[in-house]
Amino acid sequence: MSTSTEISAPAGREPTAEVPPPAGRPRPGRRTDRVAYLFLLPWFTGLLLLTAAPLLGSLYLSFTKFNLLQSPRWNGFGNYVKMFTDDPRYLQSLKVTFIYVALTVPLQLGFALAVAVMLNRPMRGMALYRSIYYIPSLLGGSVAIAVIWGQLFDDDGVLNAFLAFFGVGGRSWISNPDTALYTLVLLNIWQFGSPMVIFLAGLKQIPQELYDAASVDGANAWRRFWSVTVPLLTPIIFFNVVLQIIQAFQAFTPAYVVSGGSGGPSDSTLFYTLYLYQQGFANLNMGYASAMAWVLLLIIAIFTLINFGLARRWVYYEDR
Amino acid sequence: MTTLQHAPAARRRTRRWLTHLALIAGTLIMVYPLLWMVGGSFKDESDIFSQLNPFPSSLDPRSYIAGWTATDPTFTRFYINSMLIAVLAVAGNVIACTLTAYAFARLEFRGKKVFFAIMLGSIMLPAHALLIPQYVLFFHLGWVNTYLPLVVPKFLATDAFFIFLMVQFIRTIPRTLDEAAMIDGCGKVRIFSRIILPLTGPVLITTMIFTFIWTYNDFFSQLIYLSYPSSETVPVALRRFVDATGNSSYGQLLAMSVLSLVPTFIVFLLAQRRIVEGIATTGLKG
Repeated sequence: MSTSTEISAPAGREPTAEVPPPAGRPRPGRRTDRVAYLFLLPWFTGLLLLTAAPLLGSLYLSFTKFNLLQSPRWNGFGNYVKMFTDDPRYLQSLKVTFIYVALTVPLQLGFALAVAVMLNRPMRGMALYRSIYYIPSLLGGSVAIAVIWGQLFDDDGVLNAFLAFFGVGGRSWISNPDTALYTLVLLNIWQFGSPMVIFLAGLKQIPQELYDAASVDGANAWRRFWSVTVPLLTPIIFFNVVLQIIQAFQAFTPAYVVSGGSGGPSDSTLFYTLYLYQQGFANLNMGYASAMAWVLLLIIAIFTLINFGLARRWVYYEDR
Repeated sequence: MTTLQHAPAARRRTRRWLTHLALIAGTLIMVYPLLWMVGGSFKDESDIFSQLNPFPSSLDPRSYIAGWTATDPTFTRFYINSMLIAVLAVAGNVIACTLTAYAFARLEFRGKKVFFAIMLGSIMLPAHALLIPQYVLFFHLGWVNTYLPLVVPKFLATDAFFIFLMVQFIRTIPRTLDEAAMIDGCGKVRIFSRIILPLTGPVLITTMIFTFIWTYNDFFSQLIYLSYPSSETVPVALRRFVDATGNSSYGQLLAMSVLSLVPTFIVFLLAQRRIVEGIATTGLKG
């Protein structure tokens, strides 16, 4: 079986609704395979116990005070009110996370697209370049890389050794509240390999005739990029934007490892999920953490909906 | 006039060289942190930070030997724990997701459309929204500090993404095969085990690869559920190693960091093409 037919979803199309059944083969009328419920038993169990019940459970807990050991005490909207009126650290975690998302998503995708375009030509060593640029994305989410990152940007780290070479005096980029977050942004941009691979697959689908036609019409490389490549790639850009935003909002490991779990210095790397972890598992404020989780869920849902709403304006689908 | 196609050959050659130059410069920047880590793990403590050159003067394994046994229990235990969890998670995902996917792809049952939509929706659901009640559940079951919270959910097909992947794949298998088997007297269960399952090879391998990599690197869940040193996994132990060694033994820290990346890297070397294809065609996060 050829590997290119491995997954039937066309490259880069976001996973959406059901694919219609093969044409010309009428389905038998209303029939039910009883055995289906047997096949679905594990999934149903998981859906009920590990997805549906916890989702509603955390909604309930978000209206309570709960420390795991005693039963929850009803607190009305107390947690939500406190978050937005009486918890500077919460607001700080929101701010840090929004800055992180706003910087990493466009920068990472910009790099990914630029490198993908460079790699998308018949060229010796292309597969090797692709692998090398991809590797940081595979390893980057690990604790090890976060550990290394902390060392590279510390006061006696490599970046400062490099700067000293040019006579520039460095400082610790990790323990300075003004720069700590940006080292983590850089860490995320460094992992542009996975969207790059998705872009490359999309670029290969663009027919060469379009470029030839544009050339005949006198379009230079720059113009061809903006008038042929970008419009035809918008579905994939859209898919990557949706995915990266969702992931960036949930970033945890780098901030936890680099700051030693504190979100410091001065809460400058207090990611949303890190603060949620501190509240829920270090302070056992599980009601409060549940409220935070629901706000995060709503934020992500709103961003995703906005994305889909805006998509109509800029995403180009050939079949429309 | 001077489009790419009509550019003189010399000019095109310059262009190609410039591209290679830019890509090689990029490669150096991308790879430097990794080289620095690997090189540093073989260097003398005093040279790690003072030298920009990532290459060590000799391959001295001292840091590896000292780092491996610096903790109690040693890293042997942490690797056993990590591998056990990853292998069980792979088994769980393969079994549970194929069963579910077959039902969605081939069987008829009431509420199929609704359940399919729910399954797709659950892919997007951030794990944090389920986190606290799941923890409470596992706490009351007495599962905290065991591997069960990390493994049992996989046997209940909670990684819905793989279900979706498999449904898409099974739909490409011709239904005539099912029908032929049915005429030969096979029931749905036998069609699944004799016809469909053997044909899902490629998507099963993709599922196994990504389940392994994700589970092995799933720091957050392991951090929450495993707090006894003897039950810790490699990422959690490595994180604690940072605190334990403090400012003293960076060589050991780098050595253990390198080793912690080895399992992922081996999988990458073995299955590079499939990983790249999996990402390209489905947007799996690598």
